[in-house]
Amino acid sequence: MGNSSDIKLLGTAASPFVNRVQFVFNLKSIEYEFVNENLACKSELLLTSNPVYKKVPVLLYANNPPLAESLIIIEYLDEIYPDIHPILPSDPLDKANNRFWANYIDTKFFPLFEELRRTPGKEGKEAIKKQIIEGSELLEEAFVKFSKGKAYFGGDDLGYLDVVLGCYVGWIKFVEKNNDFKMIDEVRTPKLLEWTNRIWSHEALKDVIPGSETLMNFYMMLQTYKPPRAA
Amino acid sequence: MTVLSKEMGEVKLFRTWSSPYALRVVWALKLKGVEYETVYEDLANKSSLLLEYNPVYKKVPVLLHNGTPICESLVILEYVDETWNPTARFLPQDPLARATARFWAKFNDDQVAPSVFRAYTSQGVEQEEAIGPALENLDVVEKQLIGKKFFNGESFGFLDLVFGWIAKYLGIFEETGSLKLLEEDRFPLIMAWKDKFSDIPVVKENWPDQNKLITKFELMREYFISNAAGCN
Repeated sequence: MGNSSDIKLLGTAASPFVNRVQFVFNLKSIEYEFVNENLACKSELLLTSNPVYKKVPVLLYANNPPLAESLIIIEYLDEIYPDIHPILPSDPLDKANNRFWANYIDTKFFPLFEELRRTPGKEGKEAIKKQIIEGSELLEEAFVKFSKGKAYFGGDDLGYLDVVLGCYVGWIKFVEKNNDFKMIDEVRTPKLLEWTNRIWSHEALKDVIPGSETLMNFYMMLQTYKPPRAA
Repeated sequence: MTVLSKEMGEVKLFRTWSSPYALRVVWALKLKGVEYETVYEDLANKSSLLLEYNPVYKKVPVLLHNGTPICESLVILEYVDETWNPTARFLPQDPLARATARFWAKFNDDQVAPSVFRAYTSQGVEQEEAIGPALENLDVVEKQLIGKKFFNGESFGFLDLVFGWIAKYLGIFEETGSLKLLEEDRFPLIMAWKDKFSDIPVVKENWPDQNKLITKFELMREYFISNAAGCN
C-alpha cells in the first residue's frame, strides 16, 4: 500500500477537520506523515496544494494531485481502503442519511461556535448559545436514530458520523468552559454525553483530540486575526 | 397516482417549478429513467408534508423514495446515482475522479452560485463589489473545462448537472440583475459548454419557461433589494 512517506496530510493539530481525517487514518491503520501548518503563516506547499481555499486538511497521496475538503478526503480514503474498518455504510439510503447529517454538522452546527466567539455582548451570545443547545438536541435525536441503542452512530463500532462529529469533542468542551454553559449534558442530551465520553477514551482517537493548551493557542490566534465584532 | 414498479418503488419529488437545485434532480431522475410524481411547493406556504419530510431545513428539493425522504440536492444526486440503473452512473467510477468531482460540486454550491446570487440581488456600489468575486469564481470554473468537452470529460456527467444552472440561470440573473458576467473573451470554454449542455435532450426538454423565469427573478431581485434597504 506504500509506505508512510507516500501519504502526507497537511494540517494543524487544533483543526477538527484535520482531526477527523486523522481518525480515519488511525481506524484504517494507514501510516502517514503529518505536515504541520501554521495557519497564521501558510506554507508555499499549502498555498499551491489548495489554491482554491488555502485551507487544511490537504491530502497528498502518492503521486496524485492534492485533495482538499475533509469530508471528500474521508470518502476517498474509504473508497480506496474499503476492507479495513469501513466508514460509510454501503446502503445508498443509509449513506444519504449520513451525508445529510454531516452537512448539517459542518454548515449549521459547528459554525455557531465561531459565531459565538465573534458575537459581542451578553444578549447576542445568549441567543447563539440557545441555537447551539437546540442543535445539540437535534443531534441527540439523530444519535438515537442512527445508533439504534448501540454505542456509536455507526452502531457497535465507529462510523462516518462518529468521525464527523467526534472530531469536535475538544472544541465542545473548550467552548462550554469558555462560555460557562453546557451544550451537552445528562438531562437534555444524555446519550450524546455518554457517546462523547466514549470518543474521548477511544484508542484510535484519544491521541488525536487536541488538548486545552493547543486549543487555547489556536483560540488566541483567532482572537488576533479575526477579532470579535464591535458591539 | 404513481405507477408502482417493483424496481422503481414509489418516487416523489417535492420541488418548486423554478429552482435550479430542483432541476438538477429532475435531470438525474430522467437520465436514469425513473418514473416519479412531482409535488410542487409554494415556499410562502409550505405544505405540512414538506415540514414533516425536511424538518431540519424545511427546504426543497426533497426526494421521497418509498416514503423515506432524502434532502439536499447533492445528497439526492448521489442517492439517485447509486440506487437506479447502476450500470449507467453519472459520477465517475475512479475514486480520485469521483473525489475531484465532489470537490468542484461543493465549490459550485458554496462559492460560485452564492457569489453570482449576491451580484444579482444587489445594486450600486454593493453590486460593483460583488461582481469581482463572482468573476474570479467563474475563472476557476472556466479552468475546469480546459481540454474537455464537458465538466465530466468527453461525455456529460454529475458535474455538468451541478454546473448546469450556468447554462440558463446565469443569463437570467444577468438580464434581471443588469449584469454582464459571461463575456465570450474571458469565458470561451463555458460559452461553448453552455450550448452543448443545453442541447442534451433531457436538459432541453425540461427548462422552465423563460418568460416565467424572468418575471420570477425580477420579483425576487426587488424583494432582496428592498429588504436590504430596510435593514439600515
